[in-house]
Amino acid sequence: MPQFFQMQDLGAIVPELELAVFGMFLLIFDLVVEDKKKLGLIALLGIAFSGFFLFRLRGVEFSAYGGVLSLDPFSIFFKLIFLVAAALSIAISLKYLDIERENHGEYYALILFATMGMMFMAGAVDLVTLYIGLETMAISTYILVGFLRSNQRSNEASLKYFLLGAFSSGILLYGMSLLYGISGSTRFVDIAETLSRRPPHDAISLMAMITLSAGLFFKIAAVPFHQWSPDAYEGAPTSITAFMSVAVKAASFAMMLRIFMVAIYPLRMEWVAVMSAVSIMTMTVGNIAAITQSNIKRMLAYSSISHAGYILIGFIAGNDTGLTAVALYLLIYTFTNIGAWAVIVALRRRDVIGEHIDDMAGLFFRHPTAAVLMLIFLLSLAGIPPTAGFIGKYFLFAAAIETGHNVLAVIAVLNAAISLYFYFRIVVSMFMRDATEKTGLTLAPGLNIALGVAFVFTMVIGIYPDPFIALAKNARIFGF
Amino acid sequence: MDFFRQHILTIVAFWPLAGMIILLFFPKENKTLIRTWANLVIFSGFVVSLPLWFWFDRNASDQMQFVENVPWVQTIGANYHVGIDGISLLLIMLTTLLGPLAVLSSWSSIENRVKEYYVFMLMLQVGMLGVFISLDFFLFYVFWEVMLVPMYFLIGVWGGPRKLYAGIKFFLYTLVGSVLMLLGILALYFIYPTIAAQHPEIAAQFAQTTNAAGHTFDVLAFHAIGPYLADNFQYWIFLAFFVGFAIKVPMFPFHTWLPDAHVEAPTAGSVILAGVLLKMGTYGFLRFSLPILPHGTTHFVPLMITLSIIGIVYGALVAMMQPDMKKLVAYSSVSHMGFVMLGMFALNPNGLNGSIIQQINHGISTGALFLIVGMIYERRHTREIAQFGGISNVMPVFAIVFLIMTMSSIGLPLLNGFIGEFTIMMGALQENIWWAVFAGSGIVLGAAYMLWLYQRTMLGKVENPANEKLLDINARELVTIVPLIIMAFWIGLYPAPFFRVLDKPVNKIVAQVRGQDFFQGAPKLNAETGAPR
Repeated sequence: MPQFFQMQDLGAIVPELELAVFGMFLLIFDLVVEDKKKLGLIALLGIAFSGFFLFRLRGVEFSAYGGVLSLDPFSIFFKLIFLVAAALSIAISLKYLDIERENHGEYYALILFATMGMMFMAGAVDLVTLYIGLETMAISTYILVGFLRSNQRSNEASLKYFLLGAFSSGILLYGMSLLYGISGSTRFVDIAETLSRRPPHDAISLMAMITLSAGLFFKIAAVPFHQWSPDAYEGAPTSITAFMSVAVKAASFAMMLRIFMVAIYPLRMEWVAVMSAVSIMTMTVGNIAAITQSNIKRMLAYSSISHAGYILIGFIAGNDTGLTAVALYLLIYTFTNIGAWAVIVALRRRDVIGEHIDDMAGLFFRHPTAAVLMLIFLLSLAGIPPTAGFIGKYFLFAAAIETGHNVLAVIAVLNAAISLYFYFRIVVSMFMRDATEKTGLTLAPGLNIALGVAFVFTMVIGIYPDPFIALAKNARIFGF
Repeated sequence: MDFFRQHILTIVAFWPLAGMIILLFFPKENKTLIRTWANLVIFSGFVVSLPLWFWFDRNASDQMQFVENVPWVQTIGANYHVGIDGISLLLIMLTTLLGPLAVLSSWSSIENRVKEYYVFMLMLQVGMLGVFISLDFFLFYVFWEVMLVPMYFLIGVWGGPRKLYAGIKFFLYTLVGSVLMLLGILALYFIYPTIAAQHPEIAAQFAQTTNAAGHTFDVLAFHAIGPYLADNFQYWIFLAFFVGFAIKVPMFPFHTWLPDAHVEAPTAGSVILAGVLLKMGTYGFLRFSLPILPHGTTHFVPLMITLSIIGIVYGALVAMMQPDMKKLVAYSSVSHMGFVMLGMFALNPNGLNGSIIQQINHGISTGALFLIVGMIYERRHTREIAQFGGISNVMPVFAIVFLIMTMSSIGLPLLNGFIGEFTIMMGALQENIWWAVFAGSGIVLGAAYMLWLYQRTMLGKVENPANEKLLDINARELVTIVPLIIMAFWIGLYPAPFFRVLDKPVNKIVAQVRGQDFFQGAPKLNAETGAPR
């Protein structure tokens, strides 16, 4: 047992500390700074600093705080995703919050706090640390979802998200307590070791696995625990929906990877069976429900559900290709999905909500670049080459075939084909319908930058994926 | 020049892309400039591809030529590997020939959103050329899917009344097929290291193309391991490929997207769709299914032949009853592609040679027929056969052009269709007389619907007053169709240059599928089990 606290342990969490400091300063600046956009820029600066420190920690493998927090390629990869997602979300928020008349400094501070929570989730190798990170993220996100105070939908979404989130956290805690009960430790490696010594089909282990899985499936909105997500996604400020759909989701998957691939890995036979069913249901229900939506935010919410179903294939495969696929898919999904949400944010103006599929009508004539970018993001979401989305799906399907999950692979590819149908409803609206409004559309600079970044990465990963594959391959290394 | 010669395939394939990128910067109001530029790009693309025909080494036509092989996604063993043999050479020449004709034919028929139209046409050309040059499955798949998007837009934006339905139907149908094909590709990809480990000579030959784990997407590597794959495995992969390619061909019963897509697509879209896109399916069978899965191929011969014959007869019968000219030509495509598949799965040199020649013929004659229907549609804005009659009186030159292409389509001697059908019939006869009998009935029906169409629209007196003032074919339209007439006569009168480039690659495929001893003893395929006796 290493010593509980050493000075070098502090070094391991500099990026997180730095975010916390910036977040607290933002709260103070909020009192004196009139132009709230400046606060957004300060938050971006904080993320940049955090990214810089994270970059300096690259390649380090080291277990901190007596083995409750791990700094390894895995956590660094995911922290990178969170920072990118947070930065892009802030970039698309700057003007948007003005339009919603809710530009307050707390918004940026909360994003930073949520991101910090996620970073702890990715690094945690201990149930308690994990849970604290999770709650830091979740509580910040509940507030952000309800940030449009005068908007009924936003309030309702926040309350719903909070109640179901608290409920699922409860289930998760229940599973955790069972694991602690049988192993006497909260560390993942100890739990794994205990579980591997339990007899097969041990009732308590199974109970723990099932409650834990149910809690985690809630967090990633897997079917049948998905009902909260369309409502929350629809009601939340669009910039926060974007943030949730990539960063919160990625953090939940990071947490799942640690739990499933380390803590309860000895029960793999059992959880693969559960997860296969959940994966198939999630893909299918998500895609089929998305077909009938006419609100784009809801449609993309269901699409986001189905993507969680695809990602679970990586867990089920569980080999190198599968884990690489999960990491790579989440990276790609971050850029692509934020890009798509950014276009929806762009449609919001003072008197236009811009969420209905008809609001997209004729977008090509009003702002050709935005429409073409949206087309590319949608193709990427559907997994059509040469966009990044294809590379992500390729790895997931490859993992399934490599490990002999042929039926799963067939269902997954058919789902990918179904998804194209509703993504192309948006395309039809953008390119083949006449514009309902004749006015052009101007994009705020922050949006332009976010769209540009998302576009460049969506195409570059699609055409020359090698460096990114290498990065994701590296991220499957867990330190303990 | 050396640089050009070494990279000719890349240059040919990406030439339209370069033109397209420049086109993006043109002001969209200046339609004439855009049209001129697009025509220039795609015509020069044809000129650039001509050296392929002259530089191609006919004595080694079964070897991949103009090869470029550089690593692309090294972590997964995907390479930028391109090269052509005699089969791909013909299909590439067909593509670069039909492309300019299709683009030229849209000069006056496309009036709105002109810039996007040409952008998509050029993008489509890149995708099609890419498919025919790829020797790496990953690369192939990328091109195969890339071309769906522009085709979807061509149908969906510039199409007829039901364009949205037809467009998404085309896209979804093809996508379902191709994702299943992708799974087949992946299964081959993961079995490769196992087989290669048992055959060190294969492993050594393709060591350059693999990733660290010994995986590769190289098509030639798959050709090499083909004979050693377990039978059961081959059956499954054959089915996975079958779905992908049969939808594209399209074979009965996967043909239902085709009439919709054809009827709704703008003329140029139909020309490209019939002329080139369908050949991607047959090419897929030739390049991948047959050589990689010899046992799978022989096992499924009865199924393939049955579906082909149903396609021939059914397509012809349905074509006969169509009131819409374009739909008639579309269903005739189903019938003709049935011939192509029949010849291919006769699995002997005659059948395969005929099959490939017939692919080219179909591109020429059906492409031309769609152009012809497009010309008449542009004048009358209807394609209903009942609206016409006696058109030869008002449009005499047009009548001659139409007549030649009708004859080409029904396989009159001296024209291209005859050569293809005759060779396919020989191939079919060698295997089983009944195959030839059924196929023969398709030829008779083909003559019936085409001649009946001609009679109803062109002959007799002009009875509909709307048809009295029609202008005859103009110079631009003549330019789009004369090259096809020349090709039709060339193949009809002197097909030797085409057979010359096909003979060796075809023999190679036959040897791969039926074993080298086929050429000594010529065993027939057993019609019941499909296995060589």
